[in-house]
Amino acid sequence: MDQHLQDLARQQWLIPAIPLVAAAIQSLLPRGARKLSAGICITGMGLACVLALRAFVATLGHPEAVRAVCNFTWFEFGTTALQLGFILDPLTAAMAAMVTFVGFWIFVNATGYMHEDENYTRFFCFLSLFAAAMLGLVVSNNILLLFMCWELVGLCSYLLIGFWYHKPSAAAACKKAFITTRIGDVGFFLGILMLFWQTKTLNLFNAGTGALEQADKLAQLPGWFGWSVATTIAVLLFIGAMGKSAQFPLHVWLPDAMEGPTPVSALIHAATMVAAGVFMVGRMFPLFIAGGSVEHPTFAIDMVLYVGAFTALFSATIAVAQFDIKRVLAYSTCSQLGFMVMALGAGGLVPGQFHLLTHAFFKALLFLGSGCVIIGTHHEQDMRKMGGLKKYMPITFWCYLAGMLALAGVPPFAGFFSKDEVLLVTFQRSKLAWGMATFAAFLTAFYMTRQMFMVFAGKWRGGDDHGHHAEAHGHGGHEPHEVPWNMWLPIAVLSLFAIGLGFYGGKYAQYLGAEEEELAGKTLVMGLSVAVGTLGILLGWVLYGRKTLVHASDPDPLEAKLGVLFTCLNRKWYVDEFYEATIIRATMATGTVFRVIDKRVVDGILHSIVWVVRGISHVCRLVGDEFFINGGFDTGCQTVRGSGWLMSKLQSGRIQTYFRILGLGTIILLVVYFLKS
Amino acid sequence: MSIPLGHYLILAAILFAVGLAGALTRKNAIIVLMGIEVMFNSAILNLVAFWHYKHFAVPTAQLFAIFAIAIAAAESAIGLALVIAVYRHYQSVDVDKMKELKG
Repeated sequence: MDQHLQDLARQQWLIPAIPLVAAAIQSLLPRGARKLSAGICITGMGLACVLALRAFVATLGHPEAVRAVCNFTWFEFGTTALQLGFILDPLTAAMAAMVTFVGFWIFVNATGYMHEDENYTRFFCFLSLFAAAMLGLVVSNNILLLFMCWELVGLCSYLLIGFWYHKPSAAAACKKAFITTRIGDVGFFLGILMLFWQTKTLNLFNAGTGALEQADKLAQLPGWFGWSVATTIAVLLFIGAMGKSAQFPLHVWLPDAMEGPTPVSALIHAATMVAAGVFMVGRMFPLFIAGGSVEHPTFAIDMVLYVGAFTALFSATIAVAQFDIKRVLAYSTCSQLGFMVMALGAGGLVPGQFHLLTHAFFKALLFLGSGCVIIGTHHEQDMRKMGGLKKYMPITFWCYLAGMLALAGVPPFAGFFSKDEVLLVTFQRSKLAWGMATFAAFLTAFYMTRQMFMVFAGKWRGGDDHGHHAEAHGHGGHEPHEVPWNMWLPIAVLSLFAIGLGFYGGKYAQYLGAEEEELAGKTLVMGLSVAVGTLGILLGWVLYGRKTLVHASDPDPLEAKLGVLFTCLNRKWYVDEFYEATIIRATMATGTVFRVIDKRVVDGILHSIVWVVRGISHVCRLVGDEFFINGGFDTGCQTVRGSGWLMSKLQSGRIQTYFRILGLGTIILLVVYFLKS
Repeated sequence: MSIPLGHYLILAAILFAVGLAGALTRKNAIIVLMGIEVMFNSAILNLVAFWHYKHFAVPTAQLFAIFAIAIAAAESAIGLALVIAVYRHYQSVDVDKMKELKG
């Protein structure tokens, strides 16, 4: 192995360490140090980006996929040593470069978006920590380290989604995100335990003894439900990925995560959090495919395929009927994650990861763009109250357009190439999944066109009933305005990638070490994909473009066409309501049952015992106590009571006073002890 | 490069003192709880340090330390639940306000 790469692998830990140190410094800064805090945050991320790019460049230009690892012992336990480690391979290098680069521009944008917030320093501290956690996850060569960073990512998302915790909806959303992903984490953790139990190592790669290098051996051993051990572990790990990457049925947290500040949404939806799940599946890919073949795929890979395809379609339908600008994007993220997961499930590691990368760029662009729109329109998020922003915010408009075309899959934008690869690889495996995904692609083009027309075309509708609101915010004037440079520059940079990144698909495949192969049905898939994209955009234009909404209260044209179905979509297929009625209701009911048992049965037994004892004591009192004993003791009691009253004055009721006396007593005892010896 | 045992003991002593000071002087019940946790951890640190220098061959102390950490986690969960209950009752987490037991 190349010495230079080995050295770089040994330095991989620096990439997450720099933002981590930045977060530590920021946490100590006073509230007023706003510029300094943002400066440290961005500098830290910039340095991490330079390091990540250096590692990325070093892995380029090798004829085959390279891999360098660096393992070290964390601690020893008896004869077992627990190792942690870092890795440098194409998957990690490309991902780390993307996370640091996109993250850097998100941070720059955040300086503008959070401009008025008084907890500016806290916000940037959390951002740094979030980035550190995500980068740690990406560079780790150890599933335990990966899991720790995974949990840190979860914690940071909790902190950032609930950043405006005084809003009850934000407080609820962050709890929901944390608990929902936690359900998936149970599966992930079980998978880790099983992996450790079967392979006696937590390292992924370690010169032939790593867990992933034993995948084929694991595929021979019997696991649960008639699956092999490898498949069992893969299924458990995928449950974790479903939570993190918001796959059905654990997708409910992602749209609610919109309650956080918009740069956080961009970070969660593009570069970090949700990417973690897809990345993890990609990282553990050998386990998913071990023991299966193209004709007889393992259960794990089938599960990945259909969960992904279903999520892609399901969330795309919901996105069609949302009015909140960020919520449309949130469901589109869900849907795009479905595409990536589906590609992995079809055995296409390269298309899945490539779509992850391109999506990160254009989705970050779209979210930051929506952030610009929200700031430009004085904190308006309802698309019905926007309109005509092309005139007021030209830069934002053009960048947003690039992102929208990339997401809609219009050639030659980035999304077209990566989505096409995804569809092509799915086509080889399952026509059903491919059909679902193609329909989802059609819906994607449609809802993005709808959003473009609602937000940027027509006339400004915000003045209708909202004038007083804007003035209350102290911006003065109701008219939307273009955002400052630190907000538009990031989206301008990202839009370059949204336009150009797609051309590197072939290079990326080579870079990951995939072999060139001619896949069947290439023209058909590509042709259909272009056709549905165009059709979606056309339909969007017919419904929303020809005649734009005039007033904010105008009904949605689609609503008139779809009627009840539209309401159903708008309410997200009532999944939240379903969970409310089943799982939450069931939990509450269980609680009630136990309360009743506690009250009636446990307390009942206790009460009957008490009654018996009381009866006996009553008899005793009547016979003995009253006559013989009381007389004598009464006098004694008076004395005790008097002294008791005196002593009770000592009781201040303050726990700390007791503590202090306790401490003082200990010190006196110690002094006495030392004096004597 | 090996760190002498004394350093660990001094660190543990400092941690203990910091925790004690926090538990004794702060008025916020949550910070009092945090102080207690710090004291707890200094004790565990002592345990592990002594193990490392005196009985390295047997991993008993490691087991105890992990056991103690797990129990500390459970204990702090109960502590926080108590603080929440107290807060519901008094609408405050100021420990000085809780003197129902005053004689």
